[in-house]
Amino acid sequence: MALKLFLQDILDVMTPEMFLQHLTNGISLGSLYALVAIGYTMVYGILRLINFAHGDIFMMATYFTFYSIVMFSIPWYVTFILVIIMTGALGMVVEASAYRPLRDAPRISILISAIGASFLLENLAIVIFGGRPKAFPAPELFTKVFMVGSVSVQRLTIIIPVVAVVLLFALLYLINNTKSGMAMRAVSKDHETARLMGVDIDRTISLTFGIGSMLAAVGGMMWGLKFPQIAPLMGVIPGLKCFIAAVVGGIGNIKGAVIGGFILGIGEIMLVALLPSLTGYRDAFAFILLIMILLFKPTGIMGEKITEKV
Amino acid sequence: MKKRNIILTLVAVLLALLFLWFAKENFDAYKVRILNLCAIYTILGLSMNLINGFTGQFALGHAGFMAIGAYTTALLTMPVAVKQQNFFLAPIVEPLKDLTVPFFPALLLGGIFAAVVGFLIGAPALRLKGDYLAIATLGFSEIIRIVITNAQRVTNGALGLKGIPNTTNLWWSYGTAVVTAVFIILLINSSYGRAFKAIREDEIAAESMGISLFKHKVMAFTIGAFFAGVGGGLLGNLLGTIDPLMFRFFLTFNILLIIVLGGMGSITGTIISAFIVTIGLEWLRFLDQSINLGFVVIPGISGLRMVVFSVLLMIVVLFFRHGIMGTNEFSWDKLINRLNKRPLVKGGTK
Repeated sequence: MALKLFLQDILDVMTPEMFLQHLTNGISLGSLYALVAIGYTMVYGILRLINFAHGDIFMMATYFTFYSIVMFSIPWYVTFILVIIMTGALGMVVEASAYRPLRDAPRISILISAIGASFLLENLAIVIFGGRPKAFPAPELFTKVFMVGSVSVQRLTIIIPVVAVVLLFALLYLINNTKSGMAMRAVSKDHETARLMGVDIDRTISLTFGIGSMLAAVGGMMWGLKFPQIAPLMGVIPGLKCFIAAVVGGIGNIKGAVIGGFILGIGEIMLVALLPSLTGYRDAFAFILLIMILLFKPTGIMGEKITEKV
Repeated sequence: MKKRNIILTLVAVLLALLFLWFAKENFDAYKVRILNLCAIYTILGLSMNLINGFTGQFALGHAGFMAIGAYTTALLTMPVAVKQQNFFLAPIVEPLKDLTVPFFPALLLGGIFAAVVGFLIGAPALRLKGDYLAIATLGFSEIIRIVITNAQRVTNGALGLKGIPNTTNLWWSYGTAVVTAVFIILLINSSYGRAFKAIREDEIAAESMGISLFKHKVMAFTIGAFFAGVGGGLLGNLLGTIDPLMFRFFLTFNILLIIVLGGMGSITGTIISAFIVTIGLEWLRFLDQSINLGFVVIPGISGLRMVVFSVLLMIVVLFFRHGIMGTNEFSWDKLINRLNKRPLVKGGTK
């Protein structure tokens, strides 16, 4: 009886148009999560390490964009390319200073170093950029709203998933069909053997961080366009959520990360849309999803089973 | 234990007591508060070290347990009138409204409540290992915070609680710290403690020696959560105000810094570094203010303190991975030998 009433409630708030509206929002949020989640999953695949600083690299990208457009008045298309390059370089610097010296250290040290790098970036951002949130400059090209039937759609809502899918295929091509990609796959299987086969481990790992950070940069810029307010701690919660997306999809698996991103994005939007009384728990949704996945299928949706050898 | 060492320990304890008495009488409120914080961070560091250092389970849920302890203790000790002032958006739930208990049982209840939640979280989450465990516990801690933010009628939500009685004083905080330290030392040297360390060194080997991984991990986690709750309760009643934002991941990070600097798996190391970190964080405040060098004034940059602190953590992890003490403990023999510049006798000091 209670369930029936509950379902009735949902049907009352949810017309087909509303549903489509929420679904488009969910897909565009999910694509953002997917873009950032790919970075986590790539680094995890190759180093077996959560890159805690990934969310902060994402935050840095939005600030780079802000300063490039607002302070130096560089047109947005040049800015986007510049920011992607700069963020990639930042990722490589973080890897070289916080992760490379600890390559043979116990995992717990590397984890702590990762958390330290993340806090350093956040605090640096507070000191350099200031703690007050800033308005992200959004070119009108992206923010125009048009109507499909009775569903109002921002251009961005379409652009984000398209960008995400294009980048996904580019990345899959890079990993499966190029020499660097082959090196990445080799290193992620076995460091020692890859080294013996003549793969430059440090260079490959650095490249992985670079590519992951570039994707985070794209994600960051899109995030800024969608939620035009940037602050030094803005990367923390999206960072955690995207990591969760990567785990849900099966960490180390790029397609899995994309699927996880969509599940998380659509799930979050739908939760708020269907059960408005739970709005305050929106951020908890991701964590509950994570714990469920870890308990019932720790390898995620697309992950492969890992057995521990003695 | 040698007679000399017992005497030295007694003298040290006596000196510490004298110092506390002196501090209570003569120090200003600010310094007393820092001393209190040192003791509270010692409790928190010890409880986290039990989970992370001794049992080797990298859990990051401390802020959540502290929040539970702090809220429980605060709600139980606040006078009825103050509660009514606080809950102006929505009335407080019934049994809490007129309920006021003395500080000690409130603190104990805070710890017990945190331990119960710790048990409920630990039982499923401790099946995970390494960074998965880290993320899952972090997630749980975040969920606790979100629940506190949304439970308006119990916790006053995002507004937080104000006017909590300032019951925590030097005797309370140092007394609890000593009890915690003694309890954890006894635990570590018992058969349970040896099981914890065996799990830390090699889970598979420990399991094949007949140690129940689940039982011991959950036990360490629950005890750790209990002391985190007690520490949180002391902190709440020291500061007088708490709100959900206080218990973000950053708080866990501070405690992590303490145990990394002190050495994962060293009790004396944790105590020493709790003092260094707490006093250091206060001392570094000069970085946020402007410095007058006489001929030039360097404007203060707020936030610089935390940058310096993050850099310090990175340096410790990158170059001094074992912290101050590693897994060793402080002993008078080593100190005296070092003072005499005499090398240790081959094969140990026995």
